[in-house]
Amino acid sequence: MTRTALDERLCQLVAEVLTLGSMVEQSAKDSVAALRHHDTAWARKIEARDQLINTHRFTIERGCLALIATQQPMAHDLRILAAVLEVITDIERMGDYIKGIAHIIPQLHPEPLPRHLPDRLDSMAEHGNSMLHRALTAFAAGDEQAARAIPAEDDLVDELYGEVYHELAEGLTAHPESVDHYTRLFWVAHNLERFADRVSNICERTIFTATGEIMEFSTSGGD
Amino acid sequence: MLTLANDLSRPLPMVRTGAVPAKEEEAAEIQTLPVKIDIRGLSIFYGKFRAIAEVTMAIPAHQVTAIIGPSGCGKSTLLRALNRMTDLTPGAHAEGDVILDGENILGPGVDVVPIRQRVGMVFQRPNPFPKSIYDNVAYGPRLYGVRKRVELDGIVERSLKQAALWDEVKDKLQQSGMALSGGQQQRLCIARALAVEPSVILMDEPASALDPIATLKIEDLMQQLKSEYTMVIVTHNMQQAARVADYTAFLMIDGERAGRLIEYGPTSRIFTKPEKKETEDYVTGRFG
Repeated sequence: MTRTALDERLCQLVAEVLTLGSMVEQSAKDSVAALRHHDTAWARKIEARDQLINTHRFTIERGCLALIATQQPMAHDLRILAAVLEVITDIERMGDYIKGIAHIIPQLHPEPLPRHLPDRLDSMAEHGNSMLHRALTAFAAGDEQAARAIPAEDDLVDELYGEVYHELAEGLTAHPESVDHYTRLFWVAHNLERFADRVSNICERTIFTATGEIMEFSTSGGD
Repeated sequence: MLTLANDLSRPLPMVRTGAVPAKEEEAAEIQTLPVKIDIRGLSIFYGKFRAIAEVTMAIPAHQVTAIIGPSGCGKSTLLRALNRMTDLTPGAHAEGDVILDGENILGPGVDVVPIRQRVGMVFQRPNPFPKSIYDNVAYGPRLYGVRKRVELDGIVERSLKQAALWDEVKDKLQQSGMALSGGQQQRLCIARALAVEPSVILMDEPASALDPIATLKIEDLMQQLKSEYTMVIVTHNMQQAARVADYTAFLMIDGERAGRLIEYGPTSRIFTKPEKKETEDYVTGRFG
Protein backbone atom coordinates (compact mmCIF):
# COMPACT_ATOMS: atom_id res chain seq x y z
CA MET A 1 0.00 0.00 0.00
CA THR A 2 1.28 3.46 -0.78
CA ARG A 3 0.23 6.84 0.48
CA THR A 4 0.67 8.95 -2.62
CA ALA A 5 -1.19 12.02 -1.38
CA LEU A 6 0.74 12.13 1.89
CA ASP A 7 4.09 11.45 0.22
CA GLU A 8 3.54 14.16 -2.38
CA ARG A 9 2.53 16.75 0.18
CA LEU A 10 5.49 15.89 2.42
CA CYS A 11 7.85 16.35 -0.54
CA GLN A 12 6.23 19.66 -1.39
CA LEU A 13 6.53 20.90 2.18
CA VAL A 14 10.21 19.99 2.34
CA ALA A 15 10.76 21.75 -1.02
CA GLU A 16 9.03 24.82 0.41
CA VAL A 17 11.39 24.71 3.40
CA LEU A 18 14.31 24.82 0.94
CA THR A 19 12.73 27.82 -0.78
CA LEU A 20 12.32 29.56 2.58
CA GLY A 21 15.97 28.86 3.32
CA SER A 22 17.11 30.26 -0.03
CA MET A 23 15.14 33.47 0.62
CA VAL A 24 17.03 33.92 3.89
CA GLU A 25 20.35 33.05 2.25
CA GLN A 26 19.79 35.76 -0.36
CA SER A 27 18.95 38.31 2.34
CA ALA A 28 22.06 37.42 4.34
CA LYS A 29 24.24 37.82 1.28
CA ASP A 30 22.59 41.14 0.37
CA SER A 31 22.80 42.51 3.90
CA VAL A 32 26.60 42.45 4.12
CA ALA A 33 26.88 43.88 0.57
CA ALA A 34 24.44 46.70 1.42
CA LEU A 35 26.44 47.36 4.58
CA ARG A 36 29.74 47.50 2.68
CA HIS A 37 28.29 50.05 0.24
CA HIS A 38 26.16 51.82 2.82
CA ASP A 39 23.23 51.32 0.47
CA THR A 40 20.23 52.34 2.54
CA ALA A 41 17.70 51.74 -0.25
CA TRP A 42 18.94 48.18 -0.61
CA ALA A 43 18.75 47.77 3.18
CA ARG A 44 15.10 48.82 3.15
CA LYS A 45 14.35 46.24 0.45
CA ILE A 46 15.98 43.55 2.59
CA GLU A 47 13.90 44.63 5.55
CA ALA A 48 10.73 44.48 3.45
CA ARG A 49 11.66 41.02 2.17
CA ASP A 50 11.47 39.71 5.73
CA GLN A 51 7.69 40.03 5.49
CA LEU A 52 7.70 37.65 2.52
CA ILE A 53 9.84 35.23 4.53
CA ASN A 54 7.39 35.37 7.43
CA THR A 55 4.41 34.86 5.11
CA HIS A 56 6.05 31.87 3.46
CA ARG A 57 6.83 30.37 6.86
CA PHE A 58 3.16 30.61 7.88
CA THR A 59 2.10 29.00 4.59
CA ILE A 60 4.33 26.04 5.38
CA GLU A 61 3.04 25.90 8.94
CA ARG A 62 -0.56 25.77 7.71
CA GLY A 63 0.41 23.02 5.28
CA CYS A 64 1.87 20.97 8.14
CA LEU A 65 -1.22 21.42 10.30
CA ALA A 66 -3.49 20.46 7.41
CA LEU A 67 -1.54 17.25 6.84
CA ILE A 68 -1.58 16.38 10.54
CA ALA A 69 -5.32 16.99 10.65
CA THR A 70 -6.22 15.15 7.47
CA GLN A 71 -3.66 12.38 6.98
CA GLN A 72 -2.94 11.15 10.52
CA PRO A 73 0.81 10.88 9.89
CA MET A 74 2.70 8.49 12.15
CA ALA A 75 6.29 7.57 12.93
CA HIS A 76 8.75 8.93 10.30
CA ASP A 77 6.04 10.98 8.56
CA LEU A 78 5.05 12.57 11.85
CA ARG A 79 8.68 13.28 12.72
CA ILE A 80 9.20 15.04 9.37
CA LEU A 81 6.22 17.30 10.03
CA ALA A 82 7.27 18.02 13.61
CA ALA A 83 10.77 18.80 12.33
CA VAL A 84 9.49 21.07 9.55
CA LEU A 85 7.55 23.09 12.14
CA GLU A 86 10.74 23.54 14.16
CA VAL A 87 13.04 24.19 11.19
CA ILE A 88 10.84 26.92 9.70
CA THR A 89 10.86 28.67 13.07
CA ASP A 90 14.65 28.63 13.04
CA ILE A 91 14.87 29.84 9.45
CA GLU A 92 12.40 32.62 10.13
CA ARG A 93 14.43 33.65 13.18
CA MET A 94 17.58 33.67 11.05
CA GLY A 95 15.70 35.99 8.69
CA ASP A 96 14.99 38.24 11.68
CA TYR A 97 18.72 38.50 12.44
CA ILE A 98 19.30 39.64 8.85
CA LYS A 99 16.39 42.06 9.07
CA GLY A 100 18.09 43.44 12.18
CA ILE A 101 21.25 44.09 10.15
CA ALA A 102 19.24 45.77 7.39
CA HIS A 103 17.57 47.95 10.00
CA ILE A 104 20.95 49.05 11.37
CA ILE A 105 22.49 50.07 8.00
CA PRO A 106 20.69 53.44 7.62
CA GLN A 107 21.67 54.31 11.21
CA LEU A 108 25.39 53.91 10.55
CA HIS A 109 27.61 56.91 9.86
CA PRO A 110 28.40 57.25 6.16
CA GLU A 111 32.09 57.01 6.88
CA PRO A 112 34.61 54.29 5.93
CA LEU A 113 34.19 51.11 7.90
CA PRO A 114 37.12 49.64 9.88
CA ARG A 115 39.57 48.22 7.36
CA HIS A 116 39.00 44.47 7.67
CA LEU A 117 35.41 44.64 8.78
CA PRO A 118 33.56 44.32 5.43
CA ASP A 119 35.59 41.26 4.40
CA ARG A 120 35.23 39.63 7.78
CA LEU A 121 31.47 40.23 7.83
CA ASP A 122 31.30 38.87 4.28
CA SER A 123 33.11 35.74 5.44
CA MET A 124 30.79 35.34 8.43
CA ALA A 125 27.72 35.62 6.18
CA GLU A 126 29.24 33.33 3.58
CA HIS A 127 30.08 30.61 6.11
CA GLY A 128 26.70 30.96 7.78
CA ASN A 129 24.97 30.70 4.42
CA SER A 130 27.03 27.71 3.39
CA MET A 131 26.17 25.95 6.66
CA LEU A 132 22.49 26.80 6.23
CA HIS A 133 22.45 25.59 2.65
CA ARG A 134 24.09 22.27 3.45
CA ALA A 135 22.02 21.80 6.62
CA LEU A 136 18.83 22.16 4.60
CA THR A 137 20.14 19.85 1.89
CA ALA A 138 20.86 17.28 4.61
CA PHE A 139 17.40 17.88 6.08
CA ALA A 140 15.70 17.27 2.75
CA ALA A 141 17.79 14.15 2.15
CA GLY A 142 17.47 12.86 5.72
CA ASP A 143 21.27 12.78 5.82
CA GLU A 144 22.02 12.18 9.48
CA GLN A 145 25.78 11.97 8.97
CA ALA A 146 26.00 15.41 7.34
CA ALA A 147 23.73 16.83 10.04
CA ARG A 148 26.10 15.57 12.73
CA ALA A 149 29.15 17.13 11.01
CA ILE A 150 27.92 20.62 10.07
CA PRO A 151 27.49 22.24 13.53
CA ALA A 152 31.23 21.96 14.27
CA GLU A 153 31.84 24.47 11.45
CA ASP A 154 30.26 27.11 13.65
CA ASP A 155 33.67 27.43 15.32
CA LEU A 156 34.95 29.21 12.21
CA VAL A 157 32.16 31.77 12.41
CA ASP A 158 32.88 32.22 16.11
CA GLU A 159 36.55 32.78 15.30
CA LEU A 160 35.67 35.45 12.73
CA TYR A 161 33.35 37.03 15.27
CA GLY A 162 36.27 37.21 17.71
CA GLU A 163 38.39 39.02 15.11
CA VAL A 164 35.57 41.46 14.32
CA TYR A 165 35.04 42.05 18.01
CA HIS A 166 38.69 42.97 18.57
CA GLU A 167 38.80 45.24 15.53
CA LEU A 168 35.67 47.05 16.66
CA ALA A 169 36.95 47.30 20.25
CA GLU A 170 40.15 48.90 18.97
CA GLY A 171 38.16 51.28 16.76
CA LEU A 172 35.92 52.25 19.65
CA THR A 173 38.94 52.91 21.88
CA ALA A 174 40.43 55.18 19.19
CA HIS A 175 37.10 56.92 18.45
CA PRO A 176 35.09 57.05 21.66
CA GLU A 177 32.95 59.82 20.15
CA SER A 178 31.54 57.24 17.67
CA VAL A 179 30.21 54.91 20.34
CA ASP A 180 26.77 54.59 18.64
CA HIS A 181 28.33 53.74 15.32
CA TYR A 182 30.55 51.02 16.80
CA THR A 183 27.82 49.61 19.01
CA ARG A 184 25.64 49.17 15.92
CA LEU A 185 28.47 47.41 14.12
CA PHE A 186 28.85 45.10 17.14
CA TRP A 187 25.18 44.23 16.68
CA VAL A 188 25.71 43.42 13.02
CA ALA A 189 28.49 40.96 13.89
CA HIS A 190 26.49 39.54 16.77
CA ASN A 191 23.52 38.89 14.48
CA LEU A 192 25.71 37.07 11.97
CA GLU A 193 27.16 34.97 14.76
CA ARG A 194 23.69 34.05 16.03
CA PHE A 195 22.58 33.39 12.45
CA ALA A 196 25.16 30.59 12.16
CA ASP A 197 24.31 29.22 15.63
CA ARG A 198 20.77 28.51 14.47
CA VAL A 199 22.02 26.08 11.85
CA SER A 200 22.77 23.60 14.65
CA ASN A 201 19.06 23.50 15.51
CA ILE A 202 18.22 22.52 11.95
CA CYS A 203 20.81 19.74 12.12
CA GLU A 204 19.31 18.54 15.41
CA ARG A 205 15.95 18.23 13.67
CA THR A 206 17.47 16.26 10.79
CA ILE A 207 18.87 13.79 13.30
CA PHE A 208 15.48 13.63 15.01
CA THR A 209 13.73 12.95 11.70
CA ALA A 210 16.19 10.23 10.77
CA THR A 211 16.49 8.49 14.13
CA GLY A 212 13.82 9.77 16.51
CA GLU A 213 16.58 10.94 18.83
CA ILE A 214 15.95 14.34 20.40
CA MET A 215 19.39 15.78 21.05
CA GLU A 216 21.14 19.12 21.36
CA PHE A 217 24.53 20.20 20.09
CA SER A 218 26.43 22.16 22.70
CA THR A 219 26.91 25.65 21.32
CA SER A 220 29.22 28.47 22.31
CA GLY A 221 26.43 30.92 22.93
CA GLY A 222 22.98 30.82 24.48
CA ASP A 223 19.82 32.19 23.01
CA MET B 1 1.51 -9.30 43.44
CA LEU B 2 4.11 -10.33 40.90
CA THR B 3 6.00 -7.36 39.55
CA LEU B 4 8.57 -7.12 36.84
CA ALA B 5 10.88 -5.39 39.27
CA ASN B 6 10.91 -7.92 42.08
CA ASP B 7 10.82 -11.15 40.12
CA LEU B 8 14.53 -11.55 39.58
CA SER B 9 14.41 -15.29 39.01
CA ARG B 10 13.94 -14.80 35.30
CA PRO B 11 14.90 -12.21 32.71
CA LEU B 12 12.70 -9.17 32.48
CA PRO B 13 9.68 -10.04 30.36
CA MET B 14 9.79 -6.77 28.48
CA VAL B 15 13.36 -7.18 27.35
CA ARG B 16 13.95 -10.87 27.07
CA THR B 17 12.63 -11.34 23.56
CA GLY B 18 13.85 -9.90 20.32
CA ALA B 19 10.31 -8.72 19.68
CA VAL B 20 10.46 -6.34 22.58
CA PRO B 21 12.56 -3.20 22.53
CA ALA B 22 15.26 -3.02 25.16
CA LYS B 23 15.44 0.74 25.42
CA GLU B 24 16.75 1.46 28.86
CA GLU B 25 14.37 4.22 29.85
CA GLU B 26 11.42 2.31 28.44
CA ALA B 27 12.39 -0.88 30.26
CA ALA B 28 12.83 1.12 33.46
CA GLU B 29 9.37 2.64 33.06
CA ILE B 30 7.70 -0.68 32.39
CA GLN B 31 9.56 -2.42 35.22
CA THR B 32 7.78 -0.29 37.77
CA LEU B 33 4.38 -1.56 36.62
CA PRO B 34 2.95 -4.72 38.12
CA VAL B 35 2.31 -7.46 35.58
CA LYS B 36 -1.29 -8.63 35.31
CA ILE B 37 -0.94 -11.18 32.54
CA ASP B 38 2.43 -12.63 31.65
CA ILE B 39 2.34 -14.35 28.26
CA ARG B 40 5.33 -16.61 27.70
CA GLY B 41 6.10 -18.33 24.43
CA LEU B 42 2.42 -18.65 23.55
CA SER B 43 1.45 -20.48 20.36
CA ILE B 44 -2.16 -21.25 19.43
CA PHE B 45 -2.94 -23.98 16.93
CA TYR B 46 -6.15 -24.61 15.01
CA GLY B 47 -5.55 -28.23 14.12
CA LYS B 48 -2.12 -28.25 12.52
CA PHE B 49 -2.27 -24.59 11.58
CA ARG B 50 -0.37 -22.35 13.94
CA ALA B 51 -2.35 -19.09 14.21
CA ILE B 52 0.04 -17.31 16.57
CA ALA B 53 3.63 -18.25 17.24
CA GLU B 54 5.73 -17.87 20.36
CA VAL B 55 4.28 -14.63 21.64
CA THR B 56 5.95 -13.33 24.76
CA MET B 57 4.72 -10.17 26.38
CA ALA B 58 3.84 -8.90 29.84
CA ILE B 59 0.56 -7.00 30.12
CA PRO B 60 0.74 -4.41 32.86
CA ALA B 61 -2.05 -4.05 35.39
CA HIS B 62 -4.34 -1.00 35.30
CA GLN B 63 -3.21 0.02 31.85
CA VAL B 64 -4.84 -0.18 28.45
CA THR B 65 -2.87 -2.45 26.14
CA ALA B 66 -3.78 -2.47 22.45
CA ILE B 67 -3.05 -5.27 20.02
CA ILE B 68 -2.80 -4.03 16.44
CA GLY B 69 -1.86 -5.60 13.14
CA PRO B 70 -3.15 -6.43 9.67
CA SER B 71 -6.18 -8.65 9.14
CA GLY B 72 -5.51 -12.29 9.84
CA CYS B 73 -2.42 -11.69 11.98
CA GLY B 74 -3.88 -13.42 15.01
CA LYS B 75 -4.88 -10.41 17.12
CA SER B 76 -8.25 -11.84 18.13
CA THR B 77 -6.76 -15.30 18.66
CA LEU B 78 -4.22 -13.84 21.06
CA LEU B 79 -6.94 -11.90 22.89
CA ARG B 80 -9.22 -14.94 23.16
CA ALA B 81 -6.39 -17.03 24.57
CA LEU B 82 -6.30 -14.68 27.56
CA ASN B 83 -9.54 -16.13 28.96
CA ARG B 84 -9.36 -19.45 27.10
CA MET B 85 -12.13 -18.56 24.71
CA THR B 86 -9.95 -20.28 22.11
CA ASP B 87 -11.00 -23.56 23.78
CA LEU B 88 -14.42 -23.07 22.20
CA THR B 89 -12.98 -23.58 18.71
CA PRO B 90 -12.88 -27.31 17.86
CA GLY B 91 -9.34 -28.55 17.30
CA ALA B 92 -7.71 -25.54 18.94
CA HIS B 93 -4.88 -26.02 21.41
CA ALA B 94 -2.27 -23.84 23.04
CA GLU B 95 1.40 -24.15 23.89
CA GLY B 96 3.26 -21.87 26.25
CA ASP B 97 2.02 -20.07 29.34
CA VAL B 98 -0.56 -17.40 30.09
CA ILE B 99 0.07 -16.43 33.69
CA LEU B 100 -2.75 -14.46 35.26
CA ASP B 101 -1.89 -13.07 38.70
CA GLY B 102 0.81 -15.70 39.03
CA GLU B 103 -1.34 -18.67 37.93
CA ASN B 104 -0.90 -20.38 34.58
CA ILE B 105 -4.41 -20.47 33.12
CA LEU B 106 -3.26 -22.93 30.47
CA GLY B 107 -2.10 -25.37 33.15
CA PRO B 108 -3.62 -28.84 33.44
CA GLY B 109 -6.88 -29.13 35.33
CA VAL B 110 -7.58 -25.40 35.37
CA ASP B 111 -11.32 -24.65 35.57
CA VAL B 112 -12.19 -22.13 32.86
CA VAL B 113 -15.35 -20.86 34.56
CA PRO B 114 -13.62 -18.80 37.27
CA ILE B 115 -11.08 -17.64 34.67
CA ARG B 116 -13.83 -16.20 32.49
CA GLN B 117 -15.28 -14.55 35.58
CA ARG B 118 -11.93 -12.90 36.25
CA VAL B 119 -11.29 -12.05 32.61
CA GLY B 120 -14.37 -10.58 30.94
CA MET B 121 -14.88 -10.11 27.24
CA VAL B 122 -16.64 -7.52 25.09
CA PHE B 123 -17.15 -8.32 21.41
CA GLN B 124 -17.18 -6.39 18.17
CA ARG B 125 -20.95 -6.35 17.73
CA PRO B 126 -23.03 -5.46 20.76
CA ASN B 127 -24.74 -8.71 21.76
CA PRO B 128 -27.20 -8.03 24.57
CA PHE B 129 -29.41 -10.94 25.56
CA PRO B 130 -33.07 -10.60 24.50
CA LYS B 131 -33.90 -9.65 28.05
CA SER B 132 -34.47 -6.49 30.02
CA ILE B 133 -31.58 -4.13 30.69
CA TYR B 134 -31.71 -5.21 34.34
CA ASP B 135 -31.64 -8.91 33.53
CA ASN B 136 -28.78 -8.47 31.09
CA VAL B 137 -26.59 -7.05 33.83
CA ALA B 138 -27.88 -9.38 36.55
CA TYR B 139 -27.38 -12.45 34.37
CA GLY B 140 -23.80 -13.18 35.37
CA PRO B 141 -24.20 -12.54 39.11
CA ARG B 142 -27.30 -14.81 39.13
CA LEU B 143 -25.27 -17.49 37.39
CA TYR B 144 -22.71 -17.20 40.15
CA GLY B 145 -25.41 -17.60 42.81
CA VAL B 146 -26.47 -14.10 43.80
CA ARG B 147 -30.18 -14.32 44.60
CA LYS B 148 -31.03 -11.46 46.93
CA ARG B 149 -32.88 -8.72 45.06
CA VAL B 150 -31.27 -5.91 47.03
CA GLU B 151 -27.84 -7.28 46.28
CA LEU B 152 -28.63 -7.66 42.58
CA ASP B 153 -30.04 -4.11 42.52
CA GLY B 154 -26.75 -2.85 43.89
CA ILE B 155 -24.69 -4.78 41.35
CA VAL B 156 -26.86 -3.61 38.43
CA GLU B 157 -26.63 0.03 39.49
CA ARG B 158 -22.87 -0.11 40.14
CA SER B 159 -22.16 -1.87 36.84
CA LEU B 160 -24.30 0.48 34.78
CA LYS B 161 -22.69 3.48 36.47
CA GLN B 162 -19.22 2.12 35.75
CA ALA B 163 -20.23 1.59 32.13
CA ALA B 164 -21.44 5.22 31.96
CA LEU B 165 -24.95 4.05 31.05
CA TRP B 166 -26.87 4.45 34.33
CA ASP B 167 -28.13 7.97 33.72
CA GLU B 168 -29.51 6.99 30.33
CA VAL B 169 -31.36 3.85 31.46
CA LYS B 170 -32.11 4.16 35.18
CA ASP B 171 -35.79 4.88 34.50
CA LYS B 172 -36.28 2.02 32.06
CA LEU B 173 -34.40 -0.90 33.54
CA GLN B 174 -37.20 -3.30 32.65
CA GLN B 175 -37.15 -2.36 28.97
CA SER B 176 -35.44 -4.68 26.53
CA GLY B 177 -31.71 -4.26 26.12
CA MET B 178 -32.27 -4.78 22.42
CA ALA B 179 -34.20 -1.48 22.24
CA LEU B 180 -31.11 0.59 23.08
CA SER B 181 -28.94 2.30 20.45
CA GLY B 182 -25.83 0.48 19.22
CA GLY B 183 -23.51 2.52 21.44
CA GLN B 184 -25.78 1.99 24.45
CA GLN B 185 -26.00 -1.73 23.72
CA GLN B 186 -22.21 -1.94 23.71
CA ARG B 187 -22.02 -0.13 27.04
CA LEU B 188 -24.70 -2.53 28.33
CA CYS B 189 -22.44 -5.41 27.29
CA ILE B 190 -19.58 -3.73 29.16
CA ALA B 191 -21.83 -3.37 32.22
CA ARG B 192 -22.74 -7.05 31.90
CA ALA B 193 -19.05 -7.94 31.85
CA LEU B 194 -18.33 -5.70 34.86
CA ALA B 195 -21.22 -7.18 36.92
CA VAL B 196 -19.28 -10.34 37.74
CA GLU B 197 -16.37 -8.26 39.07
CA PRO B 198 -13.60 -9.31 36.73
CA SER B 199 -10.14 -7.82 37.04
CA VAL B 200 -9.37 -7.89 33.31
CA ILE B 201 -11.59 -6.75 30.45
CA LEU B 202 -10.79 -7.95 26.93
CA MET B 203 -12.32 -5.98 24.08
CA ASP B 204 -12.32 -7.26 20.53
CA GLU B 205 -12.91 -4.33 18.16
CA PRO B 206 -15.42 -2.91 20.66
CA ALA B 207 -16.22 0.21 18.65
CA SER B 208 -15.93 -0.94 15.06
CA ALA B 209 -19.71 -1.23 14.68
CA LEU B 210 -20.38 2.15 16.30
CA ASP B 211 -20.63 5.71 15.04
CA PRO B 212 -17.86 8.21 15.95
CA ILE B 213 -19.67 9.70 18.95
CA ALA B 214 -20.52 6.29 20.43
CA THR B 215 -16.91 5.27 19.71
CA LEU B 216 -15.55 8.20 21.70
CA LYS B 217 -17.84 7.28 24.61
CA ILE B 218 -16.44 3.74 24.63
CA GLU B 219 -12.90 5.13 24.46
CA ASP B 220 -13.58 7.51 27.36
CA LEU B 221 -14.99 4.60 29.28
CA MET B 222 -11.80 2.58 28.76
CA GLN B 223 -9.79 5.39 30.29
CA GLN B 224 -12.13 5.53 33.29
CA LEU B 225 -12.18 1.78 33.79
CA LYS B 226 -8.44 1.24 33.77
CA SER B 227 -8.06 2.51 37.34
CA GLU B 228 -9.99 -0.59 38.46
CA TYR B 229 -9.41 -3.04 35.63
CA THR B 230 -6.68 -4.13 33.28
CA MET B 231 -7.83 -3.52 29.73
CA VAL B 232 -6.69 -5.32 26.60
CA ILE B 233 -8.15 -4.20 23.30
CA VAL B 234 -7.85 -5.49 19.76
CA THR B 235 -8.40 -2.82 17.17
CA HIS B 236 -8.08 -2.32 13.44
CA ASN B 237 -8.18 1.38 14.02
CA MET B 238 -4.67 2.64 14.64
CA GLN B 239 -5.88 6.07 15.69
CA GLN B 240 -8.02 4.37 18.30
CA ALA B 241 -5.01 2.47 19.63
CA ALA B 242 -3.05 5.72 19.65
CA ARG B 243 -5.84 7.49 21.54
CA VAL B 244 -6.69 4.93 24.19
CA ALA B 245 -3.77 2.58 24.75
CA ASP B 246 -0.87 3.03 27.15
CA TYR B 247 0.98 0.13 25.54
CA THR B 248 0.71 -1.22 22.03
CA ALA B 249 1.68 -4.59 20.62
CA PHE B 250 2.09 -5.01 16.86
CA LEU B 251 1.51 -8.46 15.37
CA MET B 252 2.19 -9.60 11.83
CA ILE B 253 2.13 -12.95 10.06
CA ASP B 254 5.38 -14.69 9.23
CA GLY B 255 6.19 -16.81 6.14
CA GLU B 256 4.10 -19.67 7.54
CA ARG B 257 1.12 -17.38 8.10
CA ALA B 258 1.52 -17.53 11.86
CA GLY B 259 1.05 -14.29 13.78
CA ARG B 260 4.16 -13.11 15.56
CA LEU B 261 4.75 -10.24 17.96
CA ILE B 262 6.92 -7.79 16.05
CA GLU B 263 7.14 -4.96 18.52
CA TYR B 264 5.67 -4.01 21.88
CA GLY B 265 6.15 -0.86 23.89
CA PRO B 266 4.63 2.42 25.07
CA THR B 267 2.05 3.61 22.56
CA SER B 268 3.66 7.01 22.16
CA ARG B 269 6.88 5.39 21.03
CA ILE B 270 5.25 2.82 18.75
CA PHE B 271 3.53 5.65 16.87
CA THR B 272 6.40 8.14 16.80
CA LYS B 273 9.57 6.08 16.76
CA PRO B 274 9.00 2.38 16.13
CA GLU B 275 12.09 0.21 16.26
CA LYS B 276 11.15 -2.24 13.54
CA LYS B 277 10.69 -1.45 9.87
CA GLU B 278 7.55 -3.62 9.75
CA THR B 279 5.98 -1.55 12.51
CA GLU B 280 7.00 1.69 10.78
CA ASP B 281 5.45 0.51 7.51
CA TYR B 282 2.24 -0.52 9.24
CA VAL B 283 1.69 2.55 11.41
CA THR B 284 2.52 4.94 8.56
CA GLY B 285 -0.03 3.15 6.40
CA ARG B 286 2.45 1.89 3.85
CA PHE B 287 1.71 -1.74 4.48
CA GLY B 288 -1.31 -3.74 5.57
